[in-house]
Amino acid sequence: MNPYNYLYVSALLFTIGAVGVVVRRNAIVVFMCVELMLNACNLSLVTFSRINGTLDGQVVAFFTMVVAACEVVVGLAIIVTIYRSRRSASIDDASLLKR
Amino acid sequence: MNSTLTIATPEAVMFWFLAPLAIAAALGMLLVKKAVHSAILLAWVMITLAFFYIAQGALFLGIVQVVVYTGAVMMLFLFILMLVGVDSSDSLTETIPGLRAIAVTAALGFGGLLISLIGRASLGRDAAGLSGASELGNVESLARLLFSTYVWPFEIVSALLITAALGAMVLAHHQRTVARPSQREQAINRFRGDSLAAAAGLPGPGVFARHNAVDVPALLPDGTPAPSSISATLEARGDVLDSASFQLDNIDTSITEEK
Repeated sequence: MNPYNYLYVSALLFTIGAVGVVVRRNAIVVFMCVELMLNACNLSLVTFSRINGTLDGQVVAFFTMVVAACEVVVGLAIIVTIYRSRRSASIDDASLLKR
Repeated sequence: MNSTLTIATPEAVMFWFLAPLAIAAALGMLLVKKAVHSAILLAWVMITLAFFYIAQGALFLGIVQVVVYTGAVMMLFLFILMLVGVDSSDSLTETIPGLRAIAVTAALGFGGLLISLIGRASLGRDAAGLSGASELGNVESLARLLFSTYVWPFEIVSALLITAALGAMVLAHHQRTVARPSQREQAINRFRGDSLAAAAGLPGPGVFARHNAVDVPALLPDGTPAPSSISATLEARGDVLDSASFQLDNIDTSITEEK
């Protein structure tokens, strides 16, 4: 086994997350799929760090985690705000700009 | 892709054991209907990734993954799920016709492209391994890098964190547009409303002496179940039992003598 196998896992997880963002309708599940994609990227960053023999990949993965935490906080606040006005957590119901 | 970086057998065993489980859990996230189950499966994927980080020499990131992701982020997700989505079931009908087929086709293409690219890519030299980069230990080496080369991004990220916290507080702040009704107004509304049915309060759930729990609607004097006696959340979740089996007619009243 070589460390490139981690990259294959990362690519698969990223693809699955992307499908989830497109297919699922519940805003919270869509958001969790975005988190899955971010995590997959982190795995490839850590693997590249190991392959290249430098720690820069791990530092970038650390920054990604911080930004992802910020994104979760703000995104969930937006979902709660939408739920409060529309009484629904479905992304299809937030279509006021379309009409 | 021949690497001089030798990977010990325990790590290979761990990888081939955990990687299929992680991918299966991620697939299950797409397929399960309830958002809570998706959250649990995602938590499992994140724990698996923490194992991968630690196995690859990123000890600090592995711990941070457990603390930040499975600890804080998933807790936040579950908290919001309890607040918002538990009784709103996710409809699995397609709103755009053919969306699912298109998404799966595009994903197969994209994933195939990524995997074939990784398979054909070559570093041009051997994989190095982290033994040279972290001779001080993983945490101390990371700290040296973070506070020398990356100190400016680090400061910016701290500003981002504070901004996000403030933004979440502003977004989640709820301003009342009408005043909260006082106790006197509530009492007046109850008795001057359309009907007096709920004037004395709603009936409690449960059938006395047979099944005295919150998941069974109370029986009215004529034997029909009273739907107003159970919580709407339980009803939406589908956790309500049928009270017909607890009616008096169904009770076995024959007395058997015990010896």
